[in-house]
Amino acid sequence: MIALAVISGFVFALISPWLTRRLQGAAGWLLSLLPLAQTIYFAALMAKVLIGETVTFSVPWSPALGLQFSFRADGLGLLFALLISGIGTLIVLYGSGYLKGNPDLGRFYGWLFVFMAAMLGVVLSDNLILLFVFWELTSLSSFMLIGFKHEEERSRAAALQALLVTGLGGLVMLAGFILLGQASGSYELSTLLAIGDEIRSSALYLPALILILIGAFTKSAQFPFHFWLPNAMEAPTPVSAYLHSATMVKAGIYLLARLNPALGGTPAWQTIVTVIGAATMLVGGYLALTQTDLKRLLAYSTVAALGAMTMLIGIGDSLAIKGALTFLLAHALYKGSLFMVAGSIDHETGTRDVTHLRGLGRLMPFTAGAAALAALSMAGLPPLFGFITKEVLYERSLEAGAWISAAAIFFALSNIFVAGLVAVAPFWGRTRASYPDQAKVHEAPFSMFLGPVILAGLGLLAGVSLGSVAHLLEPAISASAGQAVKVKLSLWHGLTPALILSLLTLLVGSIMYMARRPIQRILAATGKMPGPERLYAASLNGLISFAGALTRFMQSGYLRYYLTTTILATVVGVSVTFFARGGWHWPARVLDLRFYEVGLAVFILLAAINATRSPSRLSAVASMGVAGYGIALLYLLYGAPDLAMTQFLIESLTVVLFVLAFYHLPHFARLSKPASRARDIVISLLAGGMMTMLVLSLLGGQAFPSISEYFAENSYPLAHGRNVVNVILVDFRGTDTLGEITVLGIAAIGVYALLKLRGQKKNTGGNS
Amino acid sequence: MTSFVLRVTTRYLLPLLLIFAVFLFMRGHNEPGGGFVAGLIASAAFALYAIAFGTDKARRVLPLDPRVLIGIGLMVALASGVMGILDEKPFLTGIWIKIPIFMAPPLEIGTPLLFDLGVFLAVTGVTLTIIFALEEEV
Repeated sequence: MIALAVISGFVFALISPWLTRRLQGAAGWLLSLLPLAQTIYFAALMAKVLIGETVTFSVPWSPALGLQFSFRADGLGLLFALLISGIGTLIVLYGSGYLKGNPDLGRFYGWLFVFMAAMLGVVLSDNLILLFVFWELTSLSSFMLIGFKHEEERSRAAALQALLVTGLGGLVMLAGFILLGQASGSYELSTLLAIGDEIRSSALYLPALILILIGAFTKSAQFPFHFWLPNAMEAPTPVSAYLHSATMVKAGIYLLARLNPALGGTPAWQTIVTVIGAATMLVGGYLALTQTDLKRLLAYSTVAALGAMTMLIGIGDSLAIKGALTFLLAHALYKGSLFMVAGSIDHETGTRDVTHLRGLGRLMPFTAGAAALAALSMAGLPPLFGFITKEVLYERSLEAGAWISAAAIFFALSNIFVAGLVAVAPFWGRTRASYPDQAKVHEAPFSMFLGPVILAGLGLLAGVSLGSVAHLLEPAISASAGQAVKVKLSLWHGLTPALILSLLTLLVGSIMYMARRPIQRILAATGKMPGPERLYAASLNGLISFAGALTRFMQSGYLRYYLTTTILATVVGVSVTFFARGGWHWPARVLDLRFYEVGLAVFILLAAINATRSPSRLSAVASMGVAGYGIALLYLLYGAPDLAMTQFLIESLTVVLFVLAFYHLPHFARLSKPASRARDIVISLLAGGMMTMLVLSLLGGQAFPSISEYFAENSYPLAHGRNVVNVILVDFRGTDTLGEITVLGIAAIGVYALLKLRGQKKNTGGNS
Repeated sequence: MTSFVLRVTTRYLLPLLLIFAVFLFMRGHNEPGGGFVAGLIASAAFALYAIAFGTDKARRVLPLDPRVLIGIGLMVALASGVMGILDEKPFLTGIWIKIPIFMAPPLEIGTPLLFDLGVFLAVTGVTLTIIFALEEEV
């Protein structure tokens, strides 16, 4: 059932383009039923978890590789799953309004559902390799969604950047997972989390930790990888709200929180994760001050918020984890809401520049109300949930020392500033007369203000019903802290230093907001300073020019050189290995040949020699075919009818292909010089000599016991077939065959593309 | 136009070769044969037809574009593997059922047959994609 809840998103991804074409705008309402059902299901699971159960599901996938199709729903996974499916429901609706009438709406939904399913997979997988597969699927779907407006160069560049940064990070993380598996002997999270001490004392701990952290940091846009997130704002706003604020960028946070019991608590973890988190918080918080575009403002403040969560998980005790996960919930609610508000403003007015926006409050009352609630939560005012989380952040930071506290205060100030710019400035004041789409500025459609209103309302509800929220978060916090934690949240807990600090922050933040014009003017220039993005651009350009140089060096365009290189490399590689491993044995039994075998061998040899000496291409190809038929006959003599049959067919088809290719070849003539012919003879003798040596020595002795008896004995009992060759192909080594036919398919597409491209070039050349 | 003899023979050879391909495919699990060889025979049959009548006619005889055939073949092979997972066994584990037949040993059918069908379709698709593309270039 839990696997079905994850997989069903992929099924919806397949049918949603078709459904959208049939139903147009109404499709959004129908499609949102899936995430709604998922939300209800996960809520029911959460009820089970709250009474102490954990729901698991496991099916072997490829046990030889440590790969299990296993899912596990505990408090932490379900908290994320609820956010993913719950916000997903609202985003599907929002998207139907935002992209109304867009001919590509079906494609949008398709990739959105792929993402949703993959994201649920990430947070519910119990197997690390399975988690990695889903992880990369989220990067892939994010690529397609950022590049949704693929006619625009900026969209494509941003999509590629996000894919390269997060995809490469994911691969690095895979390496870390494998090291972790080596160190602990298991890829199952449930096993790993129980043996944290063993993992931390392993020699592979530090390399595994660093590799996994790189994966988490790239995904969650931590400094110095943060630059892809603001650029990803090229995506349609529902995507920004969902992937790049509420869910996907939190996958890194999830991984850190998940692995804290297994990897956390060491000086290395605490130093790296805390410092990177604090740095990200500062960089994001600062850069947010320099922006005037609504979405980029929110993006940088998201970077800062992710930094804050990372920093808290780095500290890693139960108070810090409590801070991280309550903040995660608060942030998902207010930031998802604010992103949708920004999208609605853009949708109605045609601009996202805060310096141009004002007085929208009267025109868009619901949107303005949602924005105000969400902004109050973001700024950390009681009784909204954002207030509680900021208090916990302050409380833990003050314990951690001056530097961390200063960073946290700066982060809170930046949050107040951004909240004001995004949710107050556009709505207050007198209505402006000149919007790009002035005539139609009015409230966004119902589907578009429903989401922000619900999310912002939940932020208020969570703030006033702290008891239930604490109860809900308790299993998640316990799972991440690695021990049972009693969670208590309260609006008022005396006149603590944290509260005094909050009041001060609010005061200073409000003053900063009042002075927003001069502040932004002064800081604007610094926002464009070169950052780590330079390094990304430089390495991308470097890679492209390196690939160009390599291609010019390797790809001569002459088939003879390719063949020479391939054959020589094979000869050298095989021979070196062969002799270095002492592979040579004299044949044990002297060959007892029948006369017809000798006859056949002579026949093959003659055909081969004739192929090299024939005056025309056709006869050369025919001679090769004859040699091939001879080899097929040999197979037959030695009792391999399957091989013989295949060989006959391949030879026939090869001759057909050759004859077809003849049309494209120049006139057959002898152009090569004697010297190059001599060189070719040497190469062919080397290749032939190597094969002879290999085959003779195989007769001499076997390094390994033969596996053929196993196949012969088990073919019928295990695989219900008497033809061993076929049973090996379709059953015993089915995975290999699957790989082979996939390669064949790719090769065919390559050949097809090359031929068709050539044809096009010829045509356009003829026209011009 | 190609020779009259070739065209007439091809017209009769095509169905015969296709039946032979099906025959090889069906017997493959216990006797020499199988999806790969059957796929090659089927491709050879259509290639012959394309040489005799041209690729336009050959494409019309073929129910599907060979490129689509590649995709279907891969999907079928993949689906046969997923069936193992649905039975809570590792990916690509063979699953067999016995169909009783009156007065004869029961007929055994399993997912490897489906897998082999995938191989058959993919191989046919690959070979014909290349051969047709080369011929159309002429």
